[in-house]
Amino acid sequence: MKLWDIAHTRTGDKGNISNISLIAYDKRHFDLIKERVTAETVKQWYGAQVKGEVIRYELPQLGAFNFVMYDALEGGVTSSTALDKHGKTLGAYLLEMTV
Amino acid sequence: MKTIRIGSGAGYSGDRLEPAIDLMENGDLDYICFECLAERTIALAQKSKQADENKGYNELLQYRMEQVLPLAHTRKIKVITNMGAANPLAAMNTVVELGRTMGLTGLKVAVVLGDDISHSIGNYLDFKILETGESLNRLKDKILSANVYLGSDGIVEALAKGADIIITGRVADPSLFLAPMVYEFGWDSRQIEKIGIGTLVGHLLECAGQVTGGYFADPGKKEVPELWNLGFPFVEIDENGWGHVTKLKNTGGCVTKATCTEQLLYEIHDPKKYITPDCIADFSNVEFIEVEKDKISFKGATAQSATDTFKVSVGYQNGFLGEGQISYGGSNCIQRALLAKEIVKKRLAQMPFEIDELRLELIGVNSLLDQSGSTSSFSEVRLRVAGRTQHEEQARRIANEVETLYTNGPAGGGGVSKKVEEIISIASTLIPKKDIAVFVECNTI
Repeated sequence: MKLWDIAHTRTGDKGNISNISLIAYDKRHFDLIKERVTAETVKQWYGAQVKGEVIRYELPQLGAFNFVMYDALEGGVTSSTALDKHGKTLGAYLLEMTV
Repeated sequence: MKTIRIGSGAGYSGDRLEPAIDLMENGDLDYICFECLAERTIALAQKSKQADENKGYNELLQYRMEQVLPLAHTRKIKVITNMGAANPLAAMNTVVELGRTMGLTGLKVAVVLGDDISHSIGNYLDFKILETGESLNRLKDKILSANVYLGSDGIVEALAKGADIIITGRVADPSLFLAPMVYEFGWDSRQIEKIGIGTLVGHLLECAGQVTGGYFADPGKKEVPELWNLGFPFVEIDENGWGHVTKLKNTGGCVTKATCTEQLLYEIHDPKKYITPDCIADFSNVEFIEVEKDKISFKGATAQSATDTFKVSVGYQNGFLGEGQISYGGSNCIQRALLAKEIVKKRLAQMPFEIDELRLELIGVNSLLDQSGSTSSFSEVRLRVAGRTQHEEQARRIANEVETLYTNGPAGGGGVSKKVEEIISIASTLIPKKDIAVFVECNTI
């Protein structure tokens, strides 16, 4: 199944750093996501978009993760030439991942 | 047990006003906060202040206050907002004048000053830019503005002076909401966990509709009832820090554990260390409990003492953006768009100037994230070309090279749009708190 089936996301930005929350609809899926959706797999998933490191924070009581992706926004909202300068659409792509 | 109600009236500079008015009329509020500054908003406002010394505050200030002031006056709701942006003093004068015209006698308007350090940023040129590690000196000739993210202190002082309407410049978003709790409940840094709770409340409310079902709906998966009629949130909280987030019953949207969790993690990094001017908030053990439908209580927030530095947003001139777009439709549209892209690329390569950064992409295919997707079954696609240059005229040439595709490109291009704009970028640094003096001025109507 896709992550979309079991989780939802919201994406935010601070400067050139993007953060994506990944939240399981049902906390029972927390461990599955924890195993499959690691900082490494997320960095790989976004390819050239994320030039820096990815850090994953875990909030098991909420069934949630926070992925912080450095150097991910082509300079960030105030200097990027991208269409979506905030990178707000990035989280939706994470939900395409098969788990 | 003392309990107060704080509403959220705006989540960004251009937000809708109707839900805020609804809250003021029907929410039995004590306070309403309008959060209207993003990272760059204030640098752009500084530019308009430089052009006209009476401008530089939120463009919707007058429009909002025409409806907000009478309600604040008759219902005794205190209003806190950073709509002062780069010119809080001019914003206060505008509000005072409006209040006089409306005959709202006795209303006390305060302004919190001290965040604008554009005049003294030269003292900090050897400080490091947080984003890049370089020294600020590198931007020296391009700096337009510098604003400190203030905490709740100045607003608390204004409340203590009896202010009804409080206008600020750059204040950290959650601090707008924390201030009334600190003032009403007498919380201080000796009860730092309370400051953490107040910061959590501020963080949940600062984006207004984003916690009541805005920015949440995904049809068939995450349904939000009556999203068109989205209500804004308010919190009811007591002096011990127990409270809940909710919205008015007759509004659309929803407040659920899921909407609160999304907003909790919105634009934060390490949930244990959310640094604000007031504290280092710790959200890592926050939990949400559904008290009833659309009423979510929170627990588990705490904090450590604040750092001894303020974050400063330094706005600087960073060249110009030139952008053009053109659409192609029907059979083989992708191939025609790709041909158009190659044509523009070659023509731009012949320009007698440097393009610092250039993007050529297909909206509908790879403009949001460059993934190698299928390009076979599109019924329409839009080429977007965007480049950054040092001079405005050069940026215009980029945009024009898309427009000229009409008569000099592949078949069937249409719907050209183009724009040229100055790029105002932001660099951040940290300066000692002791360097900053915050002061409050009041004016009674």
